[in-house]
Amino acid sequence: MNSKDRILSDLRAQRLPVAELPSLVQAWTRYEDPSAQFTSLVESVGGRVARLASRGDLPAALAEVPAFVAAQQIVSGVAEIVGNVDLARVDDPHALEMVDFAVFPGEFAVAENGAVWVTDERVSHRAIYFITQHLALVVPVDQMVHNLHEAYARIALGTSSLGVFISGPSKTADIEQSLVIGAHGPRSLTVFLVG
Amino acid sequence: MNHAPLAAEFVKDRPRAQWHDATLWFVRAKRDKAAQSLPEWETLRDCAAQIKAHTQYRLADYLEQFEREATKRGAVVHWARDAAEHNKIVLGLLRNRGVTKLVKSKSMLTEECHLNPYLERNGIEVVDTDLGERIVQLAGEPPSHIVLPAIHKKKEDVGAIFHKFLGTDEGATDPNYLAEAARAHLRAKFVAADAGLTGVNFAIAETGGLVVCTNEGNADLGVSLPKLHIASMGIEKLIPRAADLGVFIRLLARSATGQPITAYTSHFHGPRPGGELHIVLVDNGRTSIRANEDFRRSLNCIRCGACMNTCPVYRRSGGHSYETSVPGPIGSILAPAGDPAKFYSLPQACSLCGSCTDVCPVKIDLHHQLLTWRGELGRKGLISWHKRLGMKLGSFMFRHPAVYRTVGTVARKLTPWLPRSLVYNRFNTWGRQRELPEFPAESFRQQFKRRSREQQR
Repeated sequence: MNSKDRILSDLRAQRLPVAELPSLVQAWTRYEDPSAQFTSLVESVGGRVARLASRGDLPAALAEVPAFVAAQQIVSGVAEIVGNVDLARVDDPHALEMVDFAVFPGEFAVAENGAVWVTDERVSHRAIYFITQHLALVVPVDQMVHNLHEAYARIALGTSSLGVFISGPSKTADIEQSLVIGAHGPRSLTVFLVG
Repeated sequence: MNHAPLAAEFVKDRPRAQWHDATLWFVRAKRDKAAQSLPEWETLRDCAAQIKAHTQYRLADYLEQFEREATKRGAVVHWARDAAEHNKIVLGLLRNRGVTKLVKSKSMLTEECHLNPYLERNGIEVVDTDLGERIVQLAGEPPSHIVLPAIHKKKEDVGAIFHKFLGTDEGATDPNYLAEAARAHLRAKFVAADAGLTGVNFAIAETGGLVVCTNEGNADLGVSLPKLHIASMGIEKLIPRAADLGVFIRLLARSATGQPITAYTSHFHGPRPGGELHIVLVDNGRTSIRANEDFRRSLNCIRCGACMNTCPVYRRSGGHSYETSVPGPIGSILAPAGDPAKFYSLPQACSLCGSCTDVCPVKIDLHHQLLTWRGELGRKGLISWHKRLGMKLGSFMFRHPAVYRTVGTVARKLTPWLPRSLVYNRFNTWGRQRELPEFPAESFRQQFKRRSREQQR
């Protein structure tokens, strides 16, 4: 008998009491002003939120972000911003090591915890979200859910090889519990709420 | 080894022990604040416990469903009955692809399996990329906490380690400076790696996917640059539905560090285009824990570390005193299940205060299980002879009221006259840090009788 059959037959030989799944339809917390809640949460984890009337305001808004202004290599996944590194033309993600700034669309935002959902569905190298020195995400303000239960209700998990909730920049507190922003991934995160 | 002498060693450095205690209490306080911010906290805990109980009940079915779905999405699923088989599978995957450099993100399972030394003996360079894990790896130590691996190190210690291995300035202690040096050092390792290995926080039967939570983004970098991603997971990491993540992700980071969510909560389904994803499902004693009604719920654990942060014993004795990959209350339940003779002292270290049970996000009855373990270890003959003898005498005395009264009278009258060396000696472990209270002139019984008589008058 191989290990799989052995483990499964051992498990099936045990008699456990019947236990049903609970209902996840509960009175979960909702917020009066979800975008205000989202903004304060992102700021509390070291990120920044900027509110834009339309996507057309993106170039002007980014011109105010020092990391963007100083960036040598820029990758853009949004039409309004022109980057100088074309992700589709990069064969090996290792070539992205020198990217300074990346700006991408986020699918939706979660008010409860300041997270933005992004996937690699239209991104040829998922490493870009983590290897860039600075990251900006653009999310329509009407794409905001109150809590994670609502979030999972709208995600079709399994359609892309990576889906990730990003909440703030990369960070660590492994040296004496002192918070340091910029552990391995982006040193800053800017979320543009549009609309 | 025994927990008590190792703990005694740890508390010898009093200021450091007090600092350790306070640091973990600070994390516990952050957890409280986060939990109190959600009115539905208790509902979440109830749901989480029910989902885990249900998953346990149908574990074989869900494991098969998970394998089917994961395979459909292009992952390869391997099954390992024990640590040795897990390590062999991982080495085989690396060897077949000529991998010599592996980057790892946090995985308590690979600590449990002692994967690193095994791979290193076989010529693979293994780099732990979580900053805390890298610190202890460079120091040649195991993690002392499952979420905060280097919580026992002060910044001066980290500075000295980095000076030696990464060439940072001697005496440097600024966390920003040290973390920046680690960033540069580990970036080079990420870029040079041929494969990435991650642990798994949750595996979803319904979709065949994996969820990995980090704050640093190290898991994501490690499995997005090289082509090969290996994920090692215990079979108890399974949850039935994607929707169940709503419950567990909300509980995990809040319980662990008081954060509303980790910076990165990554959901992997199949390999990335042109890559490979191998998932190793590991039993290593979990099936036998599941068979035991008393300890089954310990498999609910989502490894948040809340029970450690709150435990008065863990905070004052340090993670290394447990000598297990998972220390603290939950480790004191899991470790004796694997090797009761080696870890017999861990359930004895517990003060049964019950704080761990109060904070556990999946409602494991930790302190009850620790008490149950003591009985079990007693029946196995793993309790020291003087403790067993003491228990036997105590039991006899409490069952015979006349003996109890006589012993009480003798102790009350005699003890105050005994020389100190006879009362406080190496047999009285209780008295090492404590003084006996003053003995009253009358016993409770005598007082009760006298007062009743006085009242009748």
